[in-house]
Amino acid sequence: MFKFSKDYKLKVGLAEMLKGGVIMDVTNSEQAKIAEDSGAVAVMALERIPADIRRDGGVARMSNPQMIKEIMKVVSIPVMAKCRIGHFAEAQVLESLGVDFIDESEVLTPADDKYHVDKWGFKVPFVCGCRELGEALRRIAEGAAMIRTKGEAGSGNIVEAVRHMRMVQSDMRRITMLGDEELVNTSKEMGVSVDLLKYVQKHGKLPVPNFAAGGVATPADASLMMQLGAETVFVGSGIFKSDDPAARAKAIVMSTMHFDNPDIVAQASEGLKDAMVGLEIDKIPENERMQERGW
Amino acid sequence: MKLKIGVLGIQGDFAMHQKSLRKLGVNAPNIRYNEELALCDGLVIPGGESTTFVKLLKKTGMFDALIEFNENKPIMGTCAGLIALSTSLINHNMETLGLIDISVERNGYGRQVDSFIDDVRVDGIETLVEGFFIRAPRIRSLGEGTKAIGFHNDEVVMAGNERILAMTFHPELTNDTTVHRFFIDKYVRK
Repeated sequence: MFKFSKDYKLKVGLAEMLKGGVIMDVTNSEQAKIAEDSGAVAVMALERIPADIRRDGGVARMSNPQMIKEIMKVVSIPVMAKCRIGHFAEAQVLESLGVDFIDESEVLTPADDKYHVDKWGFKVPFVCGCRELGEALRRIAEGAAMIRTKGEAGSGNIVEAVRHMRMVQSDMRRITMLGDEELVNTSKEMGVSVDLLKYVQKHGKLPVPNFAAGGVATPADASLMMQLGAETVFVGSGIFKSDDPAARAKAIVMSTMHFDNPDIVAQASEGLKDAMVGLEIDKIPENERMQERGW
Repeated sequence: MKLKIGVLGIQGDFAMHQKSLRKLGVNAPNIRYNEELALCDGLVIPGGESTTFVKLLKKTGMFDALIEFNENKPIMGTCAGLIALSTSLINHNMETLGLIDISVERNGYGRQVDSFIDDVRVDGIETLVEGFFIRAPRIRSLGEGTKAIGFHNDEVVMAGNERILAMTFHPELTNDTTVHRFFIDKYVRK
């Protein structure tokens, strides 16, 4: 079965510490401070949040190291940053900056149309996106220490995150019911190793934490994803594209902790100003959907 | 009666502690409300983000409840749990519970790339314990009434007083339940 090396255990260990929390996208040190003060467990430092990347178009790349360093200076919680899919040189730069987690992210424009980064060679842990179980396990096979559903970043629409989380959960339930003799064929169909499938068959879960991302905009969205099996939520554009970032950030943190208590989610949602404007997924042309990036 | 040792479940790796405690035959519920806390024989504050812990504890009224709980019940804290339990932080102005007189440096070894696994020697445990130090804090000084209990090389990484056992590493990330058993024997059942 899938074996954890010591280095890998340290990486997954940090992901374990982030469970039950909220990870927030921030574009400067003031926002990072607001996120930390609101109770975020980590921040994702990036120059433009997904909603703006979508608006601006063009090639989206790793953020400027200067900006990432400034954010690392002002907050004491872990700082994550994104590299393009397959861009191992960007990942090397982020490791040299000392970021605590690298997100090999479909939000940026992919740099390699065939391969993702070989993540085993890095000391920094990686998180990668997925839409279904096969994609999650392929990223884990490459060394990812945390998985998140892709959702549709910058859309303010939770429907894709829900679809991806349900898909992963339902795939996992299916695997737990398979006999050993069926695993080899499933392994061929899914493009993942029998060892990883055996882990899922036995435990009914991924060998690494499974978080949700891509479309969370309200406290109830966070509660929904947690109830569907997410262990933490990423909020990208949802906070700093809203009319009251600090209040919304606090409300989402509270609703993630008490995701199973509707009274508290209701209380946290009261008095918030407008959430970010959401996009209908059908209105986003297929070639502009970020979730299609990565394989 | 089966022992009931709660694990503070506001955020962090509480599920790992629950797993370790359950292996020892202990009832280990996830605790997020004061009413649940009152029913426990002991409590574990897990690893996670200490700033998040303290903010949510304050907001939910559990901050004062934990202090009151510790007047006659023991608490174990790991990593962020140790930070939350300490009396003072030398590099941060966050409020803490002040239940064990130690002064702590957050992220004392550096960032995630400086995280490591190494042996820890614990007074009262014969075998060495595997210590996961993940963005770990460092204990910079011990106040009166605080005992040094565990050591990495010669540095104190585990300290205790009458009703608190706090460590900078994560015994819950290993399959070894020695440290949890130590807490049960020396603090909960004593």
